[in-house]
Amino acid sequence: MSTAETPVTQVEKKQKKKTVQWGDDPKIGFVEALYLPAIAGGIATALKHAFFKKRSTAQYPEQKPEMPPNYRGVHRLNRDEEGRVKCVACYMCQTACPANCIEIIAAPAPQDDPKWANRDKFPATFTIDELRCIYCGMCEEACPVDAIELTSIYDLTGMSRQEMIFDKEKLLSVFDETSKAGLDPVRTNRGALGPASEKSLQSADSPPPPGRGKHG
Amino acid sequence: MSTVFVNDIEVEVGPKDNLIQAARAAGVEIPHYCWHEALSVVASCRMCLVEVGEKKPDGTIAMGPKLVPACQTPAKPGTVVKTETAKVKTGQQMTLEFLLLNHPLDCSICDQAGECYLQDYTFKFGKAQSRLNEPKVQRLDKYHIGEQIALFTDRCVMCTRCVRFTREISGTAELQVVARGSVEEIDVFPNKPCNNKLAGNVVDLCPVGALCSKDFLYKKRVWWLKSQKSVCAGCSTGCSIEVDQNEDHVYRLRPRANPLAQGHFMCDEGRFGFKYVQSDNRLKGPTSKSINTVGASVNAVTNGNGSVAGKLFQPADLAVVDHWPAAIQEAREKIKAAVDANASSFAAVFSPMMSVEEAYLLASYLKGLNRNVKLLMGPVPVVGEDDCYPKNVNGSAPTAEKTKFTIRAEKCPNRMGVEKILKHFQGAVVPIEEAIQGTHGIQAWYFVGGYATPDESAGWVTPAIEKATESAKLLIVQDIFPSVLSKRADIVFAGSAFTERDGTFINHRGLAQAFRAATRPPHASRADGRVLNELCQRQGLYNTEVLRKEIASKIPSLESLSVGDLGVHGVELQQLVGAYS
Repeated sequence: MSTAETPVTQVEKKQKKKTVQWGDDPKIGFVEALYLPAIAGGIATALKHAFFKKRSTAQYPEQKPEMPPNYRGVHRLNRDEEGRVKCVACYMCQTACPANCIEIIAAPAPQDDPKWANRDKFPATFTIDELRCIYCGMCEEACPVDAIELTSIYDLTGMSRQEMIFDKEKLLSVFDETSKAGLDPVRTNRGALGPASEKSLQSADSPPPPGRGKHG
Repeated sequence: MSTVFVNDIEVEVGPKDNLIQAARAAGVEIPHYCWHEALSVVASCRMCLVEVGEKKPDGTIAMGPKLVPACQTPAKPGTVVKTETAKVKTGQQMTLEFLLLNHPLDCSICDQAGECYLQDYTFKFGKAQSRLNEPKVQRLDKYHIGEQIALFTDRCVMCTRCVRFTREISGTAELQVVARGSVEEIDVFPNKPCNNKLAGNVVDLCPVGALCSKDFLYKKRVWWLKSQKSVCAGCSTGCSIEVDQNEDHVYRLRPRANPLAQGHFMCDEGRFGFKYVQSDNRLKGPTSKSINTVGASVNAVTNGNGSVAGKLFQPADLAVVDHWPAAIQEAREKIKAAVDANASSFAAVFSPMMSVEEAYLLASYLKGLNRNVKLLMGPVPVVGEDDCYPKNVNGSAPTAEKTKFTIRAEKCPNRMGVEKILKHFQGAVVPIEEAIQGTHGIQAWYFVGGYATPDESAGWVTPAIEKATESAKLLIVQDIFPSVLSKRADIVFAGSAFTERDGTFINHRGLAQAFRAATRPPHASRADGRVLNELCQRQGLYNTEVLRKEIASKIPSLESLSVGDLGVHGVELQQLVGAYS
């Protein structure tokens, strides 16, 4: 097929060849070729670590590490001031979840119960498959009422897959445990309704609304 | 026709169109809440305010000094509409800010979120902030509006579409506006809830989340619903609908505007009457007396391999034996044998729930075996009389020319389509009741059901049919629910409901509409068309477009189906158009 090739494609091929740059290995001198200086350097590093540096090995599990406050571990479902589940079953977390690990079934809030008088909708069930979860934190990003949060609990274990599927009660108990232990995530209480409800900078600086000119 | 200029785009509009419709023709969206094509104009929401002027014969344009509502302004020749000027945009922002003054902004728990015009218009035309510093007026929800309707009072924008609907379309006038100003709200008279047969439409009409369907309330967020264009199988009006489903579960039906079929609305019988589709009582798979696959194929597998229970793998999880090929093969052989023995003692009973394609497949197959095979029309369910709306003041039906919506007494979607097929193949439509009078001599039966009767005792099998089939030598039943016949049958084909099939329904006045499968048939049941396609041993898969073209070429009275794709509005059978108009 070489006859079919136009001069232009041949030129292109030549240019392509030129763009490839091969690096050469650095030249090794006589001293380096002996490897003795490198061995000595290595032994020096090991000795320095053994005798002069602070040890960084932790005696886990007797000694537990302190996780950074923005660590994304096991989920919890927050309670509101009246002890009800804060979640309003808007399905935003389930929609945002890239791993499809959240499943909510919503129901109208019990209308006869005075405790629920000011709530329309609540999650009848709320399950998170902690094994399927990738701990990305999109659910708490999405939550408009700060009901779901990721705590700094990292050592999640279980004897079966079934017990790793957390239901509403379990998630609420994680809240009770962590809030009692003073382990609230750093994101807690950042605002009543999250950043979406906060006033943007623009509103303060913006010109008077249109139509309120000389005619009022 | 008149020429109108919308944002410098020249469009031709009809004599009765308003500026919203003119703008729509030009591809420009004018936001509106209170205006609806099927209702009277009130121009109360002020969302459609636009700048309007006139193009003089000499070419100069004189714009009006103030904004006018587009819904109320007729598109007369030479009208100039401007929707993108600063004045109009300011007007839209102010209107939305006003409508949202006392709105609770509870989108996170509102069922309308995702299909809400307040959300959409605020995003497109509104502004982000409200200047209201005072607390919002909060009002109680009203769950007493109707059996199927709940009113979330503080989400309402007082467009009064619902009020006008009950006055103009249903004629029952249950809803009205009470009080004025910021405490204005929709309500019913005490102990007179809005329970008319068209009441569900007010939920669709509500542009915001104020009126919600109790049936659908909090069941699913709308962005997970996938819609399929379909046709309601509830009565012979054949309302165009959208079937909204998620993961093979139908959550709701919504009317789809179709000027050729029903207009904009649908009745509550159809809207909430689809529940039988997901009844637990459905037939779950093909069964046959001789190959002993009674029950669902899934059950057969677990029973058949009980000996391996306790091993690591449950065989039922791994393999489900498909009994369809065996059942269809057996049916084909038995039909052939029965027809060969005595063709005139073989009868097939067609159901008016069948699609045109299914009826054609079965009829052409049986008549292809032998011309003497009898094709009969199954029971046509008729309940009461046609129910016409709007009702008069005293609750009686309107005159024919004033009728805006009719719920037909004939509770099946396709009597006309099946009759046309039968007329072609049999020469005449013979109802089964007529054929089984006296000594009928029919020994072998092929019954097609598909009726919406999950309750066995209220099934479609009349005592006469039951008696006539008692001594049958062969009984094949294709149905969706168990009945006396299916229990006695040699072979049962588990068919599908209308939301699980593709096909054509022809409504009471000869409008052929395509309905499409929205979900998969449950368990091991199959779409009837697919079963019949395999029974006939036709080449390829069941394809409605191909079949429609074939039917059109063979049956002159269904020639209009030759287009194949019937579009969203359907196709009228030509010879009936004249008769109707």
